Amino acid sequence: MPVSTVTSPPSRALLDVRALTKRFPVRGARGHLYAVDDVSFSIVAGECFGLVGESGCGKSTLVRLIARLLDSDDGRIVFDGQDIGTVPALRFAGTPARGRIQMVFQDPADSLNPRFTAFDTIAEPLRRLGPPDGRARIAERVRELADLCGLPRELLGRFPHQLSGGQQQRVGIARAIALEPKLLILDEPTSALDVSVQAVILHLLAELRERLGMSYLFVSHDLNVVRLFADRVLVMYLGKIVEQGPSDEIFDRSRHPYTRALVSAAPVLDPGARKPRLRLQGEPRSPIDPSPSVCRFYGRCPDGFDRCEREMPVLRSSGNGRHQAACHLLEGEHLERSLGR
Amino acid sequence: MSEPPLLYVEDLSVEFKTRDGVVRVLDSVSFDVRRGETVGIVGESGSGKSVTAFSILGILAPSARVTGGRALFDGVDLLAASEKERSRYRGREISVVFQNARTALNPIRPVGRQLADVVLRHGKVPRARVRDRVLELLARVQIPDPARRYHAYPFELSGGMCQRVMIALAVAGAPALLIADEPTTGLDVTTQGELLDLLDGLTAQSRMATVVITHDLALVAERCDRIVVMHAGHVVEAARASELFAAPRHPYTARLIAATPRPRAKLGELLPIPGSVPDLRAALPPCRYRARCDRAQSVCDQAPLPTTRVAPDHFVACRFPR
Repeated sequence: MPVSTVTSPPSRALLDVRALTKRFPVRGARGHLYAVDDVSFSIVAGECFGLVGESGCGKSTLVRLIARLLDSDDGRIVFDGQDIGTVPALRFAGTPARGRIQMVFQDPADSLNPRFTAFDTIAEPLRRLGPPDGRARIAERVRELADLCGLPRELLGRFPHQLSGGQQQRVGIARAIALEPKLLILDEPTSALDVSVQAVILHLLAELRERLGMSYLFVSHDLNVVRLFADRVLVMYLGKIVEQGPSDEIFDRSRHPYTRALVSAAPVLDPGARKPRLRLQGEPRSPIDPSPSVCRFYGRCPDGFDRCEREMPVLRSSGNGRHQAACHLLEGEHLERSLGR
Repeated sequence: MSEPPLLYVEDLSVEFKTRDGVVRVLDSVSFDVRRGETVGIVGESGSGKSVTAFSILGILAPSARVTGGRALFDGVDLLAASEKERSRYRGREISVVFQNARTALNPIRPVGRQLADVVLRHGKVPRARVRDRVLELLARVQIPDPARRYHAYPFELSGGMCQRVMIALAVAGAPALLIADEPTTGLDVTTQGELLDLLDGLTAQSRMATVVITHDLALVAERCDRIVVMHAGHVVEAARASELFAAPRHPYTARLIAATPRPRAKLGELLPIPGSVPDLRAALPPCRYRARCDRAQSVCDQAPLPTTRVAPDHFVACRFPR
């Protein structure tokens, strides 16, 4: 039985991921850790796609697979009509497609080369993958990118440790957009920043998307930030997609019990505005050689029942087909009970 | 008259000596904590919130110097006390939970043994009963299967579990005041919620007061009775949580709230704070928010900066509070 291909990919998909799987061998023991397990989704050109889940759910692995920093074990990654999953990660760095998928990393201090000035960091992708321009043209382009990202030109000669966190992240963003990528992967781009700086960077990212027409894959553990940005959201739990759909649907009408727990756990600024919190009990299941017939959330799920232990739930559509969740509770006689909350 | 506060910090000033000169990290910081209540200290990095806590505990770096003020705990000035006196309070009357528990715990000692060390040191439990007391503490912080976890090393536990062990260490001596410095930063939202519930429960059971230090405004909004907002080493505003969020009086507080993402808000409603935290090595105006402020007038350059009581329990360090 095909498990995850519920919908066929939309025709205008910029990125289409099918049945993507990554297992890591466990050191010193037998078995594999299922980091990404049979994940399928697609990103439409121009859209901002949010990816949420707890640490260890596989979102970083998924992002590294798509960014082609890591090779998958199974499945396909079709980007802009080209199957890029077949090119080994090491060789991918030299292909033109590298310039079309770029990434902004979580901690700008860690992801910038400490021996490179801001100028060299931004110039690096241009020199490696850009058109064979002369020095003067590259320097001009670097200054343009600095302007675009709100980085004062006089800071271009500085090293990362001479820049503030916000300035460092501007350098990271300028580097990522230097080759005008079609897809920009943002892996927790503001979680290392203060709230006042976060607001500035989020505005910058929104503005750049508008100007350059990029698509975003936005990963964050801060649901309020994802909500601000994403058109559609995908929720992962222990390597599996548990729910995906339009942003407002996911946050206001979550269907999967895990999504509901996640949304209700996010702190809300306005006292009194909060809804009752959904408690999770118990420890997460082991991601090492998990049973293919037990729901990954079983044991921690407040609503789990016998069927969850016998059969892995598959993604099923609801509404107009754009909102999907993988839970037995959303079928038949359970549906009423779970939605009548 | 109500009972005197458990902790009363008054005009606390701290300097750090660095290669580039003296940094005035805290300037006349004042606030109080009452028995059984939860007070949140919020601010961005560099606001001095952790230094405030470390000064009270007497665990500042050697390059730091307290240049003025008092920190009365139960009537005793901790800043004037000798190190020996202070160590009688630390860990017993006042204890602390640090950010990133895994690195704060001893990596090569099972967590049960670490707890046993602390229980022994407090000296209230006979040696033969120590193990039982440790298991009781592990159960109290809701660690499943305490007998097995007793022998676990920190690397074998999740980040959330390590933080529970830290909390168990902190409450082992039944302190009157717990200082939690970014207790849930870096943990998942679901884990964060569970830990904060745990702290709430422990506070309620024992009338323990808690000071939560964090950069997360939403977290203090939900969990604290009162909130102290810091900016560049100053307390700019202190008020009851509900009042602070409903009607912030200091321009910085208002900006901080407007910069925090809320559910259902649009990106356009998210307003950045202009400027950046001032360089604390330079000569500073009386109001350290002066350069970023949209209400500033020339009178703001006159020292000293007044702190006004605008309502019961509501203080603002601004000449133009709204």
